[in-house]
Amino acid sequence: MAYRLTDDQAALRDAVRVLTDDRIAPRAAEIDRSAEFPWDVKELLASHDVLSLPFPEAYGGLGGDLLTVCLAVEQISRVCATSGLILAVQELASLPLLLAGSDEQKQRWFPDLAAGRKLIAFALTEAEAGSDVAAARTRARRAGPGDGADWILDGSKRFISQGSVADLIAVFAVTADDADGASETQRHKRLSCFIVEKDMPGFSVERVEHKMGIRGSPTAELGFRGVRIPDANRVGAVGEGFSIAMRTLDRSRPGIAAQAVGIAQGALEVAAAYATERKQFGRPIADFQMIAAMLADMDAQTEAARQLLYKAATEIDAGAADASRWSAMCKLVAGDTAMRVTTDAVQVLGGYGYIDEFPVERMMRDAKITQLYEGTQQIQRLVIARALTARR
Amino acid sequence: MRIVVLVKPVPDTASGGERLRLDDWRLDRAAVPAVVNANDEYALEAALKLTEAHGGDVVLVSMAGSSAPETMRKALAMGAASGTLVTDDSLGGSDTISTARVLAATLRGMEYDLVLAGADTSDGGAGVVPAGVATLLGLPYLSYAAKIEPNPAAQTVRVNRISPTGYEVLEAPLPALVVATQALGEPRYPSLKGIMAARSKTLETKALRDVPVGDVAVGGAAATTAVLGSEAPPPRAATRVIRDPADEAARQVVDFLAERRII
Repeated sequence: MAYRLTDDQAALRDAVRVLTDDRIAPRAAEIDRSAEFPWDVKELLASHDVLSLPFPEAYGGLGGDLLTVCLAVEQISRVCATSGLILAVQELASLPLLLAGSDEQKQRWFPDLAAGRKLIAFALTEAEAGSDVAAARTRARRAGPGDGADWILDGSKRFISQGSVADLIAVFAVTADDADGASETQRHKRLSCFIVEKDMPGFSVERVEHKMGIRGSPTAELGFRGVRIPDANRVGAVGEGFSIAMRTLDRSRPGIAAQAVGIAQGALEVAAAYATERKQFGRPIADFQMIAAMLADMDAQTEAARQLLYKAATEIDAGAADASRWSAMCKLVAGDTAMRVTTDAVQVLGGYGYIDEFPVERMMRDAKITQLYEGTQQIQRLVIARALTARR
Repeated sequence: MRIVVLVKPVPDTASGGERLRLDDWRLDRAAVPAVVNANDEYALEAALKLTEAHGGDVVLVSMAGSSAPETMRKALAMGAASGTLVTDDSLGGSDTISTARVLAATLRGMEYDLVLAGADTSDGGAGVVPAGVATLLGLPYLSYAAKIEPNPAAQTVRVNRISPTGYEVLEAPLPALVVATQALGEPRYPSLKGIMAARSKTLETKALRDVPVGDVAVGGAAATTAVLGSEAPPPRAATRVIRDPADEAARQVVDFLAERRII
C-alpha cells in the first residue's frame, strides 16, 4: 500500500495550512473570547473551496477522499478548533445524504453545501438519548394516508453543533410505533432521517450552550413543534435512520480525530517554540531534560495518533469491513492524545500557559470536547471491543 | 487580452536556510524549498485581475532550473492558464543579460498584449531583467506601476508610475512591458479547485536550443559578472523597540539620540 500522501493530498494540505496560518490563526483568540460563530472564517473556507472537499464532483464538490478532508480539518484545527469544526460538521451532517440520499436530493442540496452557501447540522442526540441513540423520543408521524404523505415532527434535540447557524438539519426521529420497542432488532428500526429546513414553521433554536471549549462553534438545543416535512425530505427508507446514523459516524469520527490531532500539533508547536525561547537559570528551558522529554513524548504521541488517523481514513475509504473499528480507534487515540498533549503544553509554559496571553489554555479547553462528542471515549471502546469479540 | 507574466522560482526566504555554495558562490538552490518570487506574485495578481475585467488569459514564462515546474504549478493554481519554462544546464549561473536574452527570445515566439514582471527577485535582487527584456524586444517599458489600465479598443495602456513625489501617468501603445509593484494589491491564495485544476494545465518545457536567442552567447559560461567572494553581514547590535504612544515614543527617541550626541 502507498504509505505517503499523494501529490494532490500534500498540495491541498499545504494550501489549507498557508490559508489557515495567515488568515485564521490571527482570529482564533478573539473567536474563543467572543464565543461568536466566525462567519468570516466560514466565508474564507467557502471562497477557497475548502468546504467543497467532502462533496462529489458531480454536485459541485472537489470529490476529496476522507483522508484529504481529515488533512484539511487537521490543519485548520492546528490554529483554531472552532474553525476546523466548520468543515468537520459540514461533512458529518452531509453524510446521511451522501450515504442514503437519492440523486434528486443530492442535486437539490449538495451544490449549495459544497459552495458553502448553506450550512448543515447533524441532529441525533437528545437530552435523554446520548450514548443510547435508539432511546430517542423525537417523533415523526405521517400527516395523512399513503406512502408519499408529509410528516409531522415533534420533539427536541440537544448538543447540536452549529445547530443555530445551519440552514439544513439532518434530524433523526422515531417513526415506529411505541409497541415495536421490545427487541434489540426492533429498537434499531425505530428511527428515520429527515432534512429539516430552518425556515419550516415549528422549528426553533431553543438556546445556545455556554461551553468550556470550541466556544465559537454554537452548540444548540433545537425544538420541533409540529414541523411539517415533505416526504421528499426523508433520507433513506423509513426505519433506516439508526443504520444511517451509525454508518455516518463510522465515516465522521475520523474528522473529529483529525481535529484532535490538529489541536495536539498546535499545542506542541507553541510549547516547543516557547521552550527554546524561555530562559531560566541562564539557559533555554528546552535544555533541561525534564522539559525536553515532555516535548519528545508530545511529538511522538501526536505523530502516533496522526498515523493511526491516516491509516483509518485510508481503510474506511477503501471500504474496509471493520470501518467502525478503525473509526472508533482513531478517535479514541487522537482524543486522548489531544487532551494529554495540550495539558502538557500548559505545563511546559508554566504560569504563562494558564493565562490567555498564549493559546495553549484555549487548546486544552478545546481538546476536551474531542473525548466527548461523536461518541464518548467509553463508547469508542465499546465499539472496538465489540468488533474484537465478534470475531471469536 | 493575453498577458504574459515573467515568474522566477526563488528560495523561500521564510525558511531562513538560504546559503551560497562555497565552491562557486552561487545560490544553493537545493538547500531550501523554492517558492514563486513574491514580487512576481503581485504581477500575477495584477494580471489575473486585468483578465477578469477585460477577458483573456494569463500565461507564465520562466527561465529556471529543472525543478521549477513544481513551483510554477503554484502560480498556475492562482489562475494562470499555462506556462513555458526554459531550462537548460548551460543556463546555470547566467547573468542578468543572459536571462533577459533568453526571456526575450522566448517571448518572440508568442502573441501577447502585455508583459508583466515583478520589480526584482528576492534572490538576485538586480531588478534589471524586465528593462532588458523590454529593450531587446523594443517594447515600451513602464516601471513601478501602482495602477494599470489597459484600453484594448485603443490598443494602449495607461500606468500610474510611482515617483518620489507621488505618481506620473504614462501611456504607451500595446504590446508593452509593465513592472508591477505591491501597490497593485495583495496576491490571492490559490483555491483548492485552482490547485486541482493546475495539475492538468499545460506547462511546456523548452531547452536553450528551442529558443531563438540568435547569434549571441548566453548562460553561465558567457556571464559578464563573477562573484569573487561572499561574507555574512556582521550581527546587529541589540535592538530597542519602543511601543509607547507616539508622543511618549518620540520623547524617548529624542532622548536616545541626544544621549549619543547624534542630535
